[in-house]
Amino acid sequence: MTLTEEKLKKIETLEEATIRFAGDSGDGMQLTGGQFTNATAIVGNDLSTLPDFPAEIRAPAGSLAGVSGFQIHFSSKDIHTPGDALDVLVAMNPAALKANLRDLKPGGMLIVNTNAFTETNLKKAGYDKNPLDDGLNQKYQVFSIEISRLTQLALEEMKLPGKIVDRSKNLFALGLMYWLYTRPMEKTIEWLKKKFGDKPEILEANLKVLKAGYHFGETTESFISHYEIKQAKIIPGKYRNITGNEATVLGMLAASQLTGLTIFLGSYPITPASDILHELSKYKHFGIRTFQAEDEIAAVGAAIGASFAGGLGVTTTSGPGVCLKSEFINLAVKTELPLIICDIQRGGPSTGLPTKTEQGDLLQAMFGRNSESPIPIVAAATPGDCFDTMLEAVRLSVKYMTPVFFMSDGYLANGSEPWKIPQIYELPKIEVKFRTEKNGFYPYLRDEKTLARSWVKPGEAGLEHVISGLETEQNTGKISYDPTNHDAMIKIRAERIARIANDIPDIKPIFGEIKGDLLILGWGSTLGSIDAATEKLLEKGYKVTNAHLRHLNPFPKNLESFLKNFKKVLIPEVNLGQLRMLIRAKYLIDAQGLNIVGGQPLKVNAIIELAEKLLK
Amino acid sequence: MAITEQSKYTKADFESANDVRWCPGCGDYAILSAVQSVMPTLGIPKEKFVFVSGIGCSSRFPHYMNCYGFHTIHGRALTVATGVKSINPDLSVWVITGDGDGLSIGGNHFMHAIRRNQDMKILLFNNKIYGLTKGQYSPTSELGKKTKSTPFGSIDNPINPASIAIASGATFVARTVDKNVKHMMDILKRAAAHKGTAFIEIYQNCLVFNDDAFVDYTEKEIKDDHSIYLESGKPLVFGKTHDKAIKLNGFHPEIINLSNGNLKEALVHDEKTEDRALAYVLGQMGVENEGLPVVFGVLRDIAQPTYQERLLEQEKEAKEKKPKANLEQVLNAGDTWVVS
Ligand code: SF4
Repeated sequence: MTLTEEKLKKIETLEEATIRFAGDSGDGMQLTGGQFTNATAIVGNDLSTLPDFPAEIRAPAGSLAGVSGFQIHFSSKDIHTPGDALDVLVAMNPAALKANLRDLKPGGMLIVNTNAFTETNLKKAGYDKNPLDDGLNQKYQVFSIEISRLTQLALEEMKLPGKIVDRSKNLFALGLMYWLYTRPMEKTIEWLKKKFGDKPEILEANLKVLKAGYHFGETTESFISHYEIKQAKIIPGKYRNITGNEATVLGMLAASQLTGLTIFLGSYPITPASDILHELSKYKHFGIRTFQAEDEIAAVGAAIGASFAGGLGVTTTSGPGVCLKSEFINLAVKTELPLIICDIQRGGPSTGLPTKTEQGDLLQAMFGRNSESPIPIVAAATPGDCFDTMLEAVRLSVKYMTPVFFMSDGYLANGSEPWKIPQIYELPKIEVKFRTEKNGFYPYLRDEKTLARSWVKPGEAGLEHVISGLETEQNTGKISYDPTNHDAMIKIRAERIARIANDIPDIKPIFGEIKGDLLILGWGSTLGSIDAATEKLLEKGYKVTNAHLRHLNPFPKNLESFLKNFKKVLIPEVNLGQLRMLIRAKYLIDAQGLNIVGGQPLKVNAIIELAEKLLK
Repeated sequence: MAITEQSKYTKADFESANDVRWCPGCGDYAILSAVQSVMPTLGIPKEKFVFVSGIGCSSRFPHYMNCYGFHTIHGRALTVATGVKSINPDLSVWVITGDGDGLSIGGNHFMHAIRRNQDMKILLFNNKIYGLTKGQYSPTSELGKKTKSTPFGSIDNPINPASIAIASGATFVARTVDKNVKHMMDILKRAAAHKGTAFIEIYQNCLVFNDDAFVDYTEKEIKDDHSIYLESGKPLVFGKTHDKAIKLNGFHPEIINLSNGNLKEALVHDEKTEDRALAYVLGQMGVENEGLPVVFGVLRDIAQPTYQERLLEQEKEAKEKKPKANLEQVLNAGDTWVVS
């Protein structure tokens, strides 16, 4: 292969592409996707990813239950979602083909590892006959490649055990995709060197296979051209790729540095939140304290104890864990202690779809406790936004002495995007004051403006006091069963949270004008799909606007007047209309919903279709 | 822990202004008074004490102490105490619980706090009944016990708090009884001096729903024949006239009569043995195997690093390894690129 020959192949410039690697859980698809993402970030494309893995750790090889996928959408323009439909599907076996084919665009590229299309594998995937012989090439551009055999050939001389050879076939696919989209291989080579530095044989084998895949693209006649996607025009700055869970952890770390508070994370393993515990546990040198408790209840209990002692208690979980924690969360409501509850939502009810995404817990966060139990709720909209949203959760929690729900979901948690790294001076100031003044102290004396009680660290002489889940007298904090006092305390607790509305930004249009025919209102991880849909609708000439809520309790002060500037309101959610219920109840507005609860982010086209119907 | 001059405080310093609302004659009063009397002798500044409780009659306790206190939710005091002590290991943390709170709804936390050797005292008031909810059987109620929820008698085998504590690896286990205030105070002092989880089971009479549950160990005429007060290094002798002792026959404790000078056959207590077997045998006596006296005193007291010591040690090592770590560095870690 010479350079001149390579140049013979045409390079076409595309604006964007969406590709998906799919294979058996053992095929290393997440890793392949992660590497492709890094290379794409280096090229300067805007990107968004959607990993999709099975709930079973080791589902039988070749089965539909064991299919693992990684999707990436990359572009020279600003993009908002991991993409609705695929331009390229890489299917490493029949099950991967079966589970993913419906997402491939007609005319899209289908790259399959034909060696895996054995009779047994076809049967495991539920195919009666080989789909590759069944007219697939009439609908798609099918590239049947003997990926396993080509991998073996590349390693023939090394005489490695068959298992090791087989395990490196994903790198062949990665190399091929690098060629197809003219991505640099350097980062992956560097990474392999780091990973297998002490196993030179395996390193050599992996490098060989990666390059073999790349060169296969150059040489084989099946591919007539390959593609490039120019650098996107993104806001200047320093970037890194980040997942929602990573950004959540960095948010906690930053919050601890900004406030000077010791963060105490009490957590219990649960998908898709566990990575936050894993990641935060690495920061012991920052004085972060993490505790893997015996159960969800102990996790939040310890966090509340930490806040009482003058640290910042945090607990991370998903919906089922919130169910278990709710009694304790109410103790934090009653005792008015800071606490951050991170709900990384997943498909439910019950165990549901542990590895899939959903927005089903909004009403649980809002109401899922006994009695009147107001709690501020903030929700992150993109993976990178988890950082800022966490800082906001901490700000509200320590300023108003209240537990705060931080909502993320499976899609944000594992999905990634380029993140502009903030400068330290750009971060918000978060002030924390502990009371040390003994004169006139009562535990439930309140700040006039925020209605927050003061925070006292045990160990402070002269301020000894007891707090309790029992109802207490205003100001003094003594146990009280008095009816007037209870009524007053219920109202003060509600008022304290309601007043937060004075301390948060107004809602504003993202795309579109402040008045119009249709407002598309969202919260959480639907932002990308709604942004993309609104842009398209505006291009088509509709008077449409979209806006997104970070604060779900309380709502921004201007929300009602803002909503009333539009003839119609559409609220797309990955639930059956939970925000819609709150909006309708609060503002008596006939908001419409788009509600598809498939364990996946909403498709842009579904929003456009319904919006156009409403605009007719 | 900063030690200040002893006797700076009096008992009154630890009494809160709140009215005590237990039933008149409840065993809880004696325990409260014993704790308030012991506090001034410990040399710990008052503001460093934190009392954490769950729900139940006993769990009102923090309201009656003039210290920092947290009256939490049912069964979960140990989890809150874990957080308190992990943020500020300098505090002296005391958990007040009961047989229902600590062993039924909170059973899981009981086991786990103990196995971690959380540096805190656990005072479990065992009255073998649910008092606050007005008289249902508890996990320590005896088989056949007739209560409001078991009109035909309980068909549950009871649980022995000491056995669970020892099986969970408790580094300090003791038993005392509300009526023996002097003994209770000695045990409280011993617990205060222990590093790590100090578990004390306190037999506490609920005169309203389970009166006389512990009469065998408190009634003057009979108590000496039913109780042994342990002393490390001393043989297990008991009886009104010190005429009986316990000897081990294999794993089985037996009563021997000392009238024929066989004292050297008697089992000698050693609270410091690492092996849990002895403490386990002692804790079962009279509770899980009838016909034997019940032991009071310290069953086990061994030294082991506490959770908080390990926590601080790990943190120190991590800081020494990366002394210059800062937020900016962490935010900028990994693969980055500049867009201009
Ligand atoms: S019900 Fe029993 S345990 Fe509760 S306060 Fe009354 S006597 Fe004491």
